[in-house]
Amino acid sequence: MLKCRTVWKKLAPLARASSTVCRQNVRRTGNVTLTCVPVAHMSTGPAGGGRENQLYVLLVGAACVGGAIYTYRTVKGDNQRYQDRIDEISSRPYKRATEEPATPIQSEPPAAESPAEPTEPQPEVVAESGKTVVHLSWVLMIIQDHALTVSLFCFLPFSFFSLSLSRARCRSLMQTPGGPAPASLKVPSHTPYLLIGGGTASFAAARSIRARDPGAKVLIVTDEPDPPYMRPPLSKELWFSNDPSVTETLRFKQWNGKERSIYFQPPSFYINAEELDGAENGGVAVLTGKKVVHMDVRGNKIKLDDDTEISYDKCLIATGGVPRNLQVIERAGEEVMKKTTLFRKIEDFKSLDKVSRNIKSITIIGGGFLGSELACALGRRSTEYDLEVVQMFPEKGNMGKVLPEYLSNWTTEKVKSEGVKVISEALVKSVVCKDDKLEIKLKDGRLVKTDHIVAAVGLEPNVDLAKSAGLEVDSDFGGFRVNAELQARSNIWVAGDAACFYDIRLGRRRVEHHDHAVVSGRLAGENMTGANKPYWHQSMFWSDLGPDVGYEAIGIVDSSLPTVGVFAKATAKDTPKAATEKSGTGIRSESETEDTAISPVASLTPAPNVGQHKDEYGKGVIFYLRDKVVVGIILWNVFNRMPIARKIIKDGEEHADLNEVAKLFNIHDD
Amino acid sequence: MSYCRQEGKDRIIFVTKEDHEAPSNAELVADDPNDPYEEQGLILPNGDINWNCPCLGGMASGPCGSQFKEAFSCFHYSKEEVKGSECIDNFRNMQECMQRYPELYPQEEDKESSQAEASSSSVSAAPTEGSALPPETDSTPATSTSESAVSSDSTSLIDNQTAS
Repeated sequence: MLKCRTVWKKLAPLARASSTVCRQNVRRTGNVTLTCVPVAHMSTGPAGGGRENQLYVLLVGAACVGGAIYTYRTVKGDNQRYQDRIDEISSRPYKRATEEPATPIQSEPPAAESPAEPTEPQPEVVAESGKTVVHLSWVLMIIQDHALTVSLFCFLPFSFFSLSLSRARCRSLMQTPGGPAPASLKVPSHTPYLLIGGGTASFAAARSIRARDPGAKVLIVTDEPDPPYMRPPLSKELWFSNDPSVTETLRFKQWNGKERSIYFQPPSFYINAEELDGAENGGVAVLTGKKVVHMDVRGNKIKLDDDTEISYDKCLIATGGVPRNLQVIERAGEEVMKKTTLFRKIEDFKSLDKVSRNIKSITIIGGGFLGSELACALGRRSTEYDLEVVQMFPEKGNMGKVLPEYLSNWTTEKVKSEGVKVISEALVKSVVCKDDKLEIKLKDGRLVKTDHIVAAVGLEPNVDLAKSAGLEVDSDFGGFRVNAELQARSNIWVAGDAACFYDIRLGRRRVEHHDHAVVSGRLAGENMTGANKPYWHQSMFWSDLGPDVGYEAIGIVDSSLPTVGVFAKATAKDTPKAATEKSGTGIRSESETEDTAISPVASLTPAPNVGQHKDEYGKGVIFYLRDKVVVGIILWNVFNRMPIARKIIKDGEEHADLNEVAKLFNIHDD
Repeated sequence: MSYCRQEGKDRIIFVTKEDHEAPSNAELVADDPNDPYEEQGLILPNGDINWNCPCLGGMASGPCGSQFKEAFSCFHYSKEEVKGSECIDNFRNMQECMQRYPELYPQEEDKESSQAEASSSSVSAAPTEGSALPPETDSTPATSTSESAVSSDSTSLIDNQTAS
C-alpha cells in the first residue's frame, strides 16, 4: 500500500498538469468535444496514461499473490507441527474429561468451522493444557484456512493482521507447558486489578481500590512467603518485646500500649486466589511465593516464574527494593557472606534475632535509619546477652546525611549511651574470615574483629520488570519513572520504594519510607479507580533511637541543605520529667493515625549546670531550606504537630523569620 | 532570652517559653476547602461518605465491606427522628457477616467506643452496638486525614488542625 501511495504522489502533479492543459485547450479552441477529459475527480484513480494504471494493477496483484503463497506455506507448516504434536501426545495416556476451550478466537471466522476436525484421537483425552492447546490450535487453523480464502482479496492487510494474531496466540498457547501440573489452575487467568509486590504500598492500594470500587477483585502477587506486613517494627518494636516467642507471633506493643501483629490483616481477610473470579463481592487475594518475571504491556499480561500468565486491566508495580551490599563483602567470598545479614524481611529479622543470641560481637555497617535503629535495638540487648555491638559508617555521626552536624553528633552520643561502640569516618577496605571470626579492615588501618555483620547501606529499587515492560527507569534516583499521578504508562502505576515520582511541590524524588508507601499506595489505588489525583498529601517519616530520642520528619530532609533549628531552652525552672507514662518506653511506630492522642515521650533532663550554655537539644523544630523556602521539617521530640509542618511545606512560602514559624509548633507545650 | 548561633550553614536558635508566648506573625496561606487534590475527611464536601478515609480502617474494604457500606450509607442518609431506625436490617446483615470473621472484627465492647472516637460524631451512634469496629486491626500508619477524625468534633477536612 505504501508503495502505491508513493507512486501516486509522483503521478498526481502529472494528473493536474494534464487536466489543466486539457481545459486550456478547450477554452482556446472553443471546441465542445474534448480531446482529453480531466478525470481528476477520483482521488485514487490513475492519472493520464495507461502505463501507470498497469503498473498499479501489477503491484497489487503481486502483493496478493505473495501473500497467498506466504499464508499457504505457514498453514502447511502449522499443520505439520500439529500432526507431530498429536502423535507425541497420543503416546501419553490421559483420563480426564475434556474441558471447554476458553480461548477467544480473534481472526474472522466464517461459518464453516469445526466439522472438519478429523483426527481427534481418543475422545476421553484432555484437560491437560497441552492437549487443549493443540485442539484449539487446530480449530484456529481451520478457521484461518477459510478466513484466508474469503478475506485475502478483500481485506489483505486485515488478514495478515488476524493471521499474525492467531498465530501468536497459537504460539503462546503451544508454549504453555503441557506437563501434568495442575498448579496453573489455582491462579486466575485474568484479574481486573493486579498488584505486583506484596508490601505496604500494595496493601494500601488494595484497600483503596476496594473502598472505591465496590466488589473489586484484586490480586496481589508477591515472591515472599508472607502476606502483606509492615516493616518498621522489624527494626524497632519487635526488638523491645519481652515475649520470648516474638519471632513466631510477630506481635508488638504500640505506643499506646495496644498489641498488634505486624501483618496488616490476619489471613481470614484475604480470599483464595482460585476463588477470586467467582467471588460475588470481590475481594483481595494474595499469591505468595510467586515472582513476576515478564511483563507484556501491549498484551496487558504478566508471566510468573512458573510460566503462568495472568492478564489484567490495571496493574500496580510495587516491587520495593533489595538491600544493597558492600562490594568488599560480596567479593570476600562465601564464608563472609554466610556471616552477613542484609536486613529487610521477616526472615532476616528471625535469623538476626537467632544469631544475635549466640554470638559475642556484632557489627553494623551503615549509619542511616536502619543501621542506627538496629544498633540501638541490639545495644539494648548487649547487657542481657553479653553482646558487643559495633556500628561503623563513613559519615561523622549517626544520621549524618539527614541531621545537621550538631544534631548528628548529639545523636551519636545518644547511640553510644545505648551501649553501642560507634566508629565514625570508617571506610571498609576488606573483610576476611579468620578462625571463624570476621576481620574488618578499615582504610585508615583500624581493625575490627567481629562474629557477624549487618549491612545497612541502602536499598536498590527493584526495576527488573522495566526491561520487559519497556518502562522508563530514572537515572538520578533509581526506580521506575512515573508522573505526578504515579502513572508509568496507560494502565500501569508504580508506588512505594520503587517509584521515582514527580512531587508538585518538591520536585522529582524517590522516597523510601513507610508512610510514603502508604500514601503513594493509596493514591495509586485511587488513580487506578479513576481519580486522577496527583501526589499532594506529603508523607512523613519517623525514627526512634532509644527511649530519649524520637523525631518525626516531613519533606526533603538532607543535611547538605542549610538548616535553621529552634530548640526549647532549658531554664533553671525546668525539672526532670518523669519517664514516659506508657509501658516503659516511648517507642512509637505509628505516625499520626486514627487513634487517640499520643502521650509525649519523656523530655530530657536539662543540663546540670544551667548557668552555662550547654546545648541540650531536648526538643525543637528544624527547618530545611532550599532557596529560602522550607522544603523539609524535623520535629525533634515534639509530637502531634505534623499537620502544621505539612501545611508549611505545602504553602512553599518564603518566611523572613523562621522563629515566628517555629512559634506555630508550641514546642514548649507537652 | 533566646540566643542564636551559627555553625557553618546551620543556624541554631534556643528559645525560652516566654520568647514563644507572643503569637506568631508567620503568614500561612488560606486553604481552599474544595481543593480536589487535598485528602478528604470522612464526609466529602458534597455530603457523600469517603470510603477511602483512613479513619475507617479496613471496614469498607474487607470481606464485610459491602454490608458495612450499605449499613453506614443508610444511616448517613437517614432522615428519621431516630437516625438509622430504618436501617436495622442492614446493620443486622453487617453484624452477621462480621461474626463470620471474628479475627477481623473482634467482638469487644471497648473497641466499639474507640471507634466512636475515631470516626466522626455522626457515626458513633447506637447501630454499632453488637459488632465492633476496631480501627487497630488494620491501623496502617495512615496519613493525617485521621487527625480530623481524632478531633472528632467536625467531620471536615484536616485543615482544622492548622494552628490558629
